[in-house]
Formats: sequence, C-alpha cells, structure tokens
Amino acid sequence: MDEKKRISRRRLLAGAATAATIALIRTVSGQTVHAAVGADPTRKPGVPPGKLGTKSPFEHLVKKPSDTSSRSPLQDFYGFITPSDLHFERSHNGVPAIDPEKYELLIHGMVEKPMVFTLKDLKRFPVLSRICFIECSGNFRTGKETLTPQDICGLTSQSEWTGVMLSTLFREVGVSPRASWFLAEGSDAAVMTRSVPVSKGWEDAMIVYAQNGEAIRPEQGYPARLLLPGFEGNTNVKWIRRIELSDQPFMTREETSKYTYAIKDGKIRQFSFEMDARSIITFPAYPVQIEKGWVEIRGLAWSGRGKISKVELSTDTGRSWYPAQLQEPVLDKAHTVFRLLWRWDGQETEILSRATDETNYIQPTLGQLIDARGADMGGYHLNPVTAWKIRKDGAVLFVPENRK
Amino acid sequence: MGSIRRYMVWVVLGTVLVLLISGSQRHGGGWAPATDTTGWPASFGFGRTATPQEITAMNISIRPDGKGLPPGSGTAGEGKAIYAVKCSACHGKTGREGPYARLVGPMGDTGDTTRAKTIGNYWPYATTIFDYTRRAMPYNAPGSLSDAEVYSLTAFLLAANKIIDSSGVVDAQSLPRVKMPAHDLFVPDDRRGGPEVR
Repeated sequence: MDEKKRISRRRLLAGAATAATIALIRTVSGQTVHAAVGADPTRKPGVPPGKLGTKSPFEHLVKKPSDTSSRSPLQDFYGFITPSDLHFERSHNGVPAIDPEKYELLIHGMVEKPMVFTLKDLKRFPVLSRICFIECSGNFRTGKETLTPQDICGLTSQSEWTGVMLSTLFREVGVSPRASWFLAEGSDAAVMTRSVPVSKGWEDAMIVYAQNGEAIRPEQGYPARLLLPGFEGNTNVKWIRRIELSDQPFMTREETSKYTYAIKDGKIRQFSFEMDARSIITFPAYPVQIEKGWVEIRGLAWSGRGKISKVELSTDTGRSWYPAQLQEPVLDKAHTVFRLLWRWDGQETEILSRATDETNYIQPTLGQLIDARGADMGGYHLNPVTAWKIRKDGAVLFVPENRK
Repeated sequence: MGSIRRYMVWVVLGTVLVLLISGSQRHGGGWAPATDTTGWPASFGFGRTATPQEITAMNISIRPDGKGLPPGSGTAGEGKAIYAVKCSACHGKTGREGPYARLVGPMGDTGDTTRAKTIGNYWPYATTIFDYTRRAMPYNAPGSLSDAEVYSLTAFLLAANKIIDSSGVVDAQSLPRVKMPAHDLFVPDDRRGGPEVR
C-alpha cells in the first residue's frame, strides 16, 4: 500500500510540475496550442473564446486497442454518456473513409418501391433521438486478478443517437407483409452483413447519422449506421449502404461461424440478439486502492430487454444483498448508474453487483451460465456477476472465475 | 411578516417544481418507439427510385438456397493453386495452421488440439463460404477475386474438409445442395428474458 501511495504521490507532483509550464494559447486560426507560462492562473489573462473546445492537458483518458477492437475506460467515466471519442470500437477490416456527399443507402428486395436515399434525403425525414447502449456480444474477459472494468467488459458504450426510424423508411419503400428478415450491409472492407428480423425494423430500429449531438464518428459508422437498441453490437451495422428485404435469413458468416456459441448437447445457439441484463462495479475496482471508512460504491447496469428495475450490491462476498440507488433517468435499453454508500471496516471482503431488468431476469453467476449452457459453452453473451476482492491493505483486485 | 411571505413563495414554487418533475417522469419516462405517424403523408417523396441496373450492381448477397450465386464454376484443383498464392499466408499451408482462422478440420477430427471452429466442423451452409470469400477476402485485397476464383477456392475448402470429392465441380447449382456436417447443430435462440437463465 505504501509503495502504491508513494507512486501516486510522485505522479501527482509530476502533474503539478507540468501545470506550472503548460497553458493553452489560441492561434489566429482558432487552434489551441500549449505554451509555457507561470504557475498562478490569476496573474495572467486566460485563453480567449475559440471555435473548438479542448481537453484539459491533465486529462488522458484513452481506449485500449487490440488488433480487432478497442475498449472504453468504464472506470473513468462520470454519468452514463460515453464521450464519442471513447466509444468502444469493433470492426472487421478497419474504419473506412466515406464521403458524405457520395453516401447512398439502397433499400430493395421484398418492397413495393426499391429506393436510394442520400444522406441529405435521410435527414429530411422526421427525426428522433434516443439514448441507449451498444454492447459487443463478446464482451467478457477473465483469467487474472489485475483486470480493470475496461479489460473485463469495456466493449459497451452509450450515446445519444439521432436519425430516422427504420419504420419510417420501411413505410416509404412499402415493405411487403411477407418480408420476415432484412439484410444489413456495411461499406467497410469486410462488407459486413447481418440478417435481422423485420419485426425489429418496425419496432425500434433506426438509421442514425448523429451521436451525442454531432455527426457520428468514423469509428461508429460515419456517415450512417443501423441502430438496433438492445441487440448485440455486431448487428448494428456501421457505414450501412444496403438493406435487402427477404423472407429468410441470409446465413452470413457473422451469423453462422461467428456470433454463435456452443450450448448443451453439442448444439450451437444462433440469432442470439438481445443482450441480457448485466452490471459492473466501476468503483472501487482494480487498480484503485481504498482507505478504511466511507466508500461510495458506483457502477453501471444495463439490459437489452428493457429498463433496469433493480441493482443489488453485496459487500460480504455474496452473503447478503442491499438495493443500490439508481440514478435517474433510468432508460429503456440504456446504461444506468447505481450507487451505494458503504463503510469499509478494513477487513478483507468481496463486493459484488447484481442487476435485475423489467422482465425479472436476474444477472446470473458464471456458475449459473455454465449450468444452463454446459461446460463447453461458447464465449458470446456472457454476463456474469463480477466480484472485486478488497484486500486488507485496501488494494482492489478482480476475482477471476474458472470458465470450466 | 416579510419572511413568512417569502417562505410561502418558496413552498408554492417547490410544489410546482415537484409536480412538474413527477409529471415529466410519468409521461417522459417510458420509451414510445412507435413514431406517431398521425398527419403523415403516405409517402414523403424523399429519395429516388432505384434502377434495376444499380440494384444488380450492388446486390452481392447470396442466400442458402443459392439465390444470388453468379454464373461460372470452379474446381478444388484450381482452388488449391489460388489458395497457395492468396490465402496460405494467413490461414496456413494446408488451411490447418493459421495464424488466423483455421479453415480446415473435418468434423470429428481428433488431431486438432486447438479445437478450432473450422468450415468442416462449424459452418452450417456451404453458400456462406462463397459469399464471405467474395465480399471480404483476401483480407489485404478484399473484393479482388473473380467469381471463378471464388468458386474454385470454395471447392478446395469443401474438399479439404472432406465434404465434397476433390474432383467435384462447384457452381450455382451444386453449391446450395452441399449438406454441411455442422448444419443440424444450429438451433435458434431460446432466451426470452424472465427469471430462467438460458
């Protein structure tokens, strides 16, 4: 503990030293640059208003990229909106560059009138905004104690999305009542495709072109993507260029050899769309170290099937559970912030969270998932209760469980 | 007297605020996905009708029943040569080695200790091989293969997984008829929410 504290103090001092030498100076073009000044901000005029906001040079939040994805730093967020540049990423052959002036969406197949919509066309239709999460269905890591919430389940993020309801476009093209599936195709280098039930298209699917008040980021599908609230991330096809209505699924690679998983009796579960209820304590969590006394436990809970109705916390390794406070607004298919004030007595223990959604689904343990799906269960749609061990010295460590 | 009046003003304001907040929660809390289309025209008239030519040019999807498969054909022998040049760097000399996606491993193959999900033991439809290879492969040059090359690669991968004879010809008629070993393992999602964990 002492060593950790010393390190963090040294880091703090380093930060303070930097503070003395960095300030923001705006150039004539409106760009902001860092320049050296004195330490007392009250002794020198500050930076005048500019064209674009900046981040404090003291803030360094970043995603954690791998070859195929990049994870959101859940433990560092406040509130329930993910800053757009920290939204998780998963793509199948990189982020394409698309000229919005040349963008077109083709809707065809079992429709009365096959049509092409430019981005400008899409923006003329009645607009809708909603806040919801998108989560990759492969969003679970375990195996060692030194994992952060970002490592364990950083493939979920939340934005306010704005666009046109897919039902509005379905009306416009006259979708056949016999159409039961639609194919969504992206214009990335993987030309990513997924089949989606038409019922979802009528229910709450959207073609969105904005994220948190501005155009969608390239990593999230610029200039337009499919949004299927509550469905596994992969189905929310980014850079969408084509929708084909059909009376059967297309059995694309991403819905057969990927995004499917082994369950009992050698069977493989397919078209597993909804993300089940889940929660994670984001504070205290590895790598923080806490002190004896009052600790506010904080975290996120979400469900792809509706609203979170309850989050329960245990501070005694799962023996007893207390309802956490849910931060309003509690939205449909959305990250929900929970908190519970706890007085830590300095003894070793484990803290856990367990979410319940409005269908009365209770977030399972890994053991319950193994019981339901068998010892050979696949790696998708795993949403187990996760525990954090609090050591006597206040160090917080993830409690990895064996998959078998 | 003045302070009491001030106090009353706060009580009234506070009550109004509470009513406003509870009202907004009652009415604004639920998500109403169905857009209210009252007063909407039957058609907005935005966008343009797609021509048959542009639909044909863009429509590359292939269904399990073979709809969408182009003319042409290929053989495993031709596929083997193309595979060696354009695919083996990622998928291995014989399709079993990787480093990326191991493609070859017949159902029940006990030799594979990595328990890789291969075309032979995990892919439910043969048409998917053609569709995916044509749209997304090779990874460093997607969309560069001709239809004949894709047919040949499909034939090679099916033969290497011992699903078709190595002399077989793959085309739009034969490919949808190939019964994949893993076909019957796939079941639809039965999770429904509610208390039962599935």
